[in-house]
Amino acid sequence: MTFVGLLTAIDRERFRVLTSEGVTEASMLIKKPSDIPYSEITPKSVYMNRRKFLAGVAAATGAATLGARPVSDWLEPRYVLADEAKLGPLVKSPFSTTEPPTPLKDVSTYNNYYEFGTDKSDPARNATKFVTAPWSVTVEGEVNKPRKFDLEELRKLAPLEERIYRHRCVEAWSIVVPWIGYSFSALAKEVDPKPTAKFVAFQSYYDLKQMPLGPRAGIELPYVEGLRLDEAMNPLALLTFGMFGETLPNQDGAPVRMVLPWKYGFKSVKSLVRIRFVKDMPPTTWNIANAHEYGFYSNVNPQVDHPRWSQATERRLDGSFFGKRIKTLMFNGYGDQVASMYNGMDLRKYY
Amino acid sequence: MKDLSRHINMRWLKPPIFLACLLPLAHLVWMGFHDELGANPVEYITHSTGTWALVGLCVTLSMTPLRRILKQNWLIRFRRMFGLFAFFYACLHFTTWVWIYSGFDIHAMIADVYKRPFITMGFTAFVLLIPLAITSTSGMIRRLGGRRWNMLHRLIYISVCAGVIHYLWLVKSDKTIPLRFAAVVAVLLGYRVIHYALQRREQAAAAAKKGARESVYTA
Repeated sequence: MTFVGLLTAIDRERFRVLTSEGVTEASMLIKKPSDIPYSEITPKSVYMNRRKFLAGVAAATGAATLGARPVSDWLEPRYVLADEAKLGPLVKSPFSTTEPPTPLKDVSTYNNYYEFGTDKSDPARNATKFVTAPWSVTVEGEVNKPRKFDLEELRKLAPLEERIYRHRCVEAWSIVVPWIGYSFSALAKEVDPKPTAKFVAFQSYYDLKQMPLGPRAGIELPYVEGLRLDEAMNPLALLTFGMFGETLPNQDGAPVRMVLPWKYGFKSVKSLVRIRFVKDMPPTTWNIANAHEYGFYSNVNPQVDHPRWSQATERRLDGSFFGKRIKTLMFNGYGDQVASMYNGMDLRKYY
Repeated sequence: MKDLSRHINMRWLKPPIFLACLLPLAHLVWMGFHDELGANPVEYITHSTGTWALVGLCVTLSMTPLRRILKQNWLIRFRRMFGLFAFFYACLHFTTWVWIYSGFDIHAMIADVYKRPFITMGFTAFVLLIPLAITSTSGMIRRLGGRRWNMLHRLIYISVCAGVIHYLWLVKSDKTIPLRFAAVVAVLLGYRVIHYALQRREQAAAAAKKGARESVYTA
């Protein structure tokens, strides 16, 4: 009996969601991963048993090779999420891509969150005890109704949507993530920006007690970011509370973060505590650290290289061993929604 | 310290040290088979092999100071093996770039070396090691002659500096690890400078003594 045959024989129903390269034949029998709501995903106890079984099968058949990473990939959270972590019901979004999501395991173990260490694997290890409740976000500045929101209030401000976005890091790798949140503009309406508000400044949580590695990050903390008001009001700008059907893991910016899919990843601040509507262009962390390499706009742009590496292509982390090297798209492929905001701007100058 | 080679046959040490040098590679392969290289295995392999190449160069460069300070002349016999292992890991590191990052695209590679200072540095560090690896055999040492061979192999000083600069220039903000390498290299090369200066002074002193004695005789 072949490995694939074994897999399908075990439980055809449960294997609908396998996406790994090793079981492409099996996946022909089954639905596309994107068709399946995350709530239908196999409970942990079941897949843990399945894992043990599969490990046995793999060992017995010698099926494990470098090319085929262990099966069941992206439904295998290394971090156990409680049932109350589930977010829903979720509204589907027309902004979602049909590209297959990067395995959850990769999205939650490969993070740039310098407050918890500068190695990609650091945040998953060091953020486990990060306290995200109670949590509040202060919204202030050039607004008519400044307010401090509890996380729960904030989450209920608008219907939660699932948006499967491409996420392109300035380091030339990319992932596809099913985020959960709503357009930032919904929050903006709630506080009613004054006509004098031209920019929005975002600030991440920073606390040396919880983030003792912060001083070694080599960047000024707390982390600050900013957008022009029209960028912040663009429907793509997502105030994000979860991913893969559940609340955000700490290392991915819990409990609330921004996601700006047409910009390099570092523009999307994590663990938001303060939002200020302001008159002038606010300072941004990576621009402070190295203005020559990181501009205020930092739109994904394959024609403008980072001074130290090319931005023409990216490695799509898709759970396979080598990943795929693919061409980087202007505005990360979101030009239809965002390009008009930059009409007449020299994007080489405003990188 | 007494010369340990009087008590232990150093020939027995070579196989275990050889195997120890293979451990980083073995660990990478093991991690690859157990899905532990993370979300971006290619990047992990690149960083790991690059780091081990630098470690190898530092170990190679520490043989001479250790030999002199501890008075263990036998240490020099392991220098070639460490040097070749450093070159081996540098080759693996170089291969990840040629194969995976550039996709064997010669034009892209030339553009990279020309345009990106950190790649220029890494490339320099690697290329400088090639003649050293080629001339590492006993036959080559004999053919070149000890003096010329020694001169040529000083290229390792430039190579290791280029390697550390390559690392320093590629990190985004946290320079802790490349700076540690820089410190180690500074100590290893600083030792040589001081040793050289002291030797010169001794020679000068000896010459002066000799000169003084001669002047006594001529007086």
